[in-house]
Amino acid sequence: MTLDIRLPIGLLFALLGLLLAGYGLSAAPSPAAAPAGINVVAAWGGVLALFGVAMLALWLRGRRRARRPA
Amino acid sequence: MPRAAWAAWAAWAGWTCNPAPPAGAAARPENRATDREVHEAPPRRGFVVWGGRVPLCCGDENRERGGAGRSGRRRRARGAARADDLAGPSPARGGAVNGAIRLAAVDWAILATYFAFVLGIGVVLTRGVRTSEDFFLSGRHIPAWVAGLAFMSANLGAQEVIGMAASGAKYGMMTSHFYWIGAIPAMVFLAVFMMPFYYGSRARSVPEYLRLRFDEKTRGFNAVSFSCMTVMSSGISMYAMGLLLNLLLGWDFGASMWLCAGIVLAYILLGGLTSAIYNEVLQFFLIVFGFAPLVLLGLHDVGGWAGLQAALARVATAQGFAPGAWSDSWRFLGSAGANPMGVEWFGLAMGLGFVLSFGYWCTDFLIVQRAMAAESMAAARRTPLVATLPKMLFPFLVIVPGMIAVALTQGGGGGAPFVLPDKGDGTPNFDLVIPVMLGHYFPNGLLGLGLTALIASFMSGMAGNVTAFNTVWTNDIYQPYLHPGAGDRHYLWMGRVATLGGVLLSLGAAYLVSAFNNIMDVLQLVFAFINAPLFATFLLGMFWRRANGDGAFTGLLAGTAVAALHHGLTLPPHALAGIKGGWLGLVHVYPSEMAQNLWTAIFAFAACFLTTVVVSLLGRAPPRAALAGLVYSETARADDGALPRWQRPAVLGALALGGALALNWIFR
Repeated sequence: MTLDIRLPIGLLFALLGLLLAGYGLSAAPSPAAAPAGINVVAAWGGVLALFGVAMLALWLRGRRRARRPA
Repeated sequence: MPRAAWAAWAAWAGWTCNPAPPAGAAARPENRATDREVHEAPPRRGFVVWGGRVPLCCGDENRERGGAGRSGRRRRARGAARADDLAGPSPARGGAVNGAIRLAAVDWAILATYFAFVLGIGVVLTRGVRTSEDFFLSGRHIPAWVAGLAFMSANLGAQEVIGMAASGAKYGMMTSHFYWIGAIPAMVFLAVFMMPFYYGSRARSVPEYLRLRFDEKTRGFNAVSFSCMTVMSSGISMYAMGLLLNLLLGWDFGASMWLCAGIVLAYILLGGLTSAIYNEVLQFFLIVFGFAPLVLLGLHDVGGWAGLQAALARVATAQGFAPGAWSDSWRFLGSAGANPMGVEWFGLAMGLGFVLSFGYWCTDFLIVQRAMAAESMAAARRTPLVATLPKMLFPFLVIVPGMIAVALTQGGGGGAPFVLPDKGDGTPNFDLVIPVMLGHYFPNGLLGLGLTALIASFMSGMAGNVTAFNTVWTNDIYQPYLHPGAGDRHYLWMGRVATLGGVLLSLGAAYLVSAFNNIMDVLQLVFAFINAPLFATFLLGMFWRRANGDGAFTGLLAGTAVAALHHGLTLPPHALAGIKGGWLGLVHVYPSEMAQNLWTAIFAFAACFLTTVVVSLLGRAPPRAALAGLVYSETARADDGALPRWQRPAVLGALALGGALALNWIFR
């Protein structure tokens, strides 16, 4: 079975991003975890989640192209 | 000062430690004898060694829990950084070392998620493994971008990540030479000129290419030496990981190695090389996302790039160098004494930029195997070129943390106090830059991500070595010498057996290194001797049809012997004769160990090259018909005209070289 690697990458980073973002928003950050007033855990979780979603979108696009008749 | 700094770090981390080095250590110019002494005891008892070079004292069973708790509450009350994120560890039991970092549930969840995905990928891929080519070379169906990231990632083990950060602290921006001249040109050369022979010959491994081009004895020499090297490298990687996890998290040294080895074994047994490649790509993204916040937070702490440069200028002048010695990469290469690396431009360009880098990137099967797994000749040639882009940018991810660390510890930069443990001789232990910075800057959540990235890189390093070992063992040792003529199913079965054997041998090597630490240095030295001349053999083999098997084999032996001889007759400064060199006598003292290594490589290459030429000319030329597809002059040129311009290897290669040139100019 051929596995498109964009699928596990997208799922993993979307999941990790949600974990981080959820933790960052739910736990009060220490001063060092919020330089310049930014909750770095939540922010970086958002970045990861966006990357994961982007990879999933690329996977979906690749799957549609593969199914399109030649 | 260093003792006070160590005590401050230990108290901040919540435990105490006796930082006194073994008696007499201060009198020794190098830490080798100290390593021997401290390794009388198992690594988790009191002292551990990082990278086989320096003793590091860790927390022991007498940690003062009450004091740490009260001081921790005081620090929290003052709003000090990190204490609330790094609560004191649990007391040691049974000789286990106290960890300096405590993980929260979110960190464990991140780690567990990663392990689940790694195993899940193996389970899904197992159905696609039907032949030995599927298992050893992914059926040659990997897309160029995946193979390219795996190509880059196979080299990106945790020892490189940690070692580059340490080098960044010790040598500053000059460390980028390992990337911008020590990798990019060789990767372009491999893609444009050598991949047509590796891929076009349909060789299943680099040793098999040597058999096709030269003869069986040349293949055998390379196969046996490579197999030994790769298993030992894997073992050293596992040993380093066990030490690090023991030091940072208090995990049992053996248990953490067996756990990670078991996961690696499972996903390679299930999915073969494809599993390893997919996990290397995962590891690549984990390292980018795991370490990028470290760089961003560190730069924010030191006042941005300008603040970093100002602090590094103070570091340089304090050590007697010009202010730009840590932030400029070329300006001070006119003489070895003008830069912290102790090399001049010729030795660097020739030794690193040519011999060592081409010898590694163009001939090491662990790396080349990823390109051989590509889905087509065009994809195989694009694979190293795809890897050049992240390779150009990685110095900012792995070297800059080291520069930030030295700026914080020695340059007076930064806000919250940041100290590194010392090595017992009063100098900071820069090998611990990455782990200490993870603990210093990362709150829980990011800590789990950073640690997962680090563990992933260790595991990937092991997986890369094991997949290279199982391929070379099965195709180049077992099949030709032990059990020729069997069916493909049998060799597929042997590949899986070799995977188990490779993992067990790696673990054995890790325990061996933990018991006899100096053996690691001896083995790495031997491997350096063997690797140094290899590129000369490939260069002549691919571009000079007159080179024959006797010439190649004799050249390899001569190059290895000259490397050993050069090492035996030279020393770096302030070193005793022994593992550092000079064991045959003393002819020359180099300004640094780096310079000695570079010139060893240059002499070994030259000896191999000349010997191969002379012996080949004295012998018979190989028949031209046998060289088709193996030698440049006997092979039809690849027709890149049919490819879109942006996919042509020559165009992509020129862009990569231009990018490297630009970066060299910007950071000169």
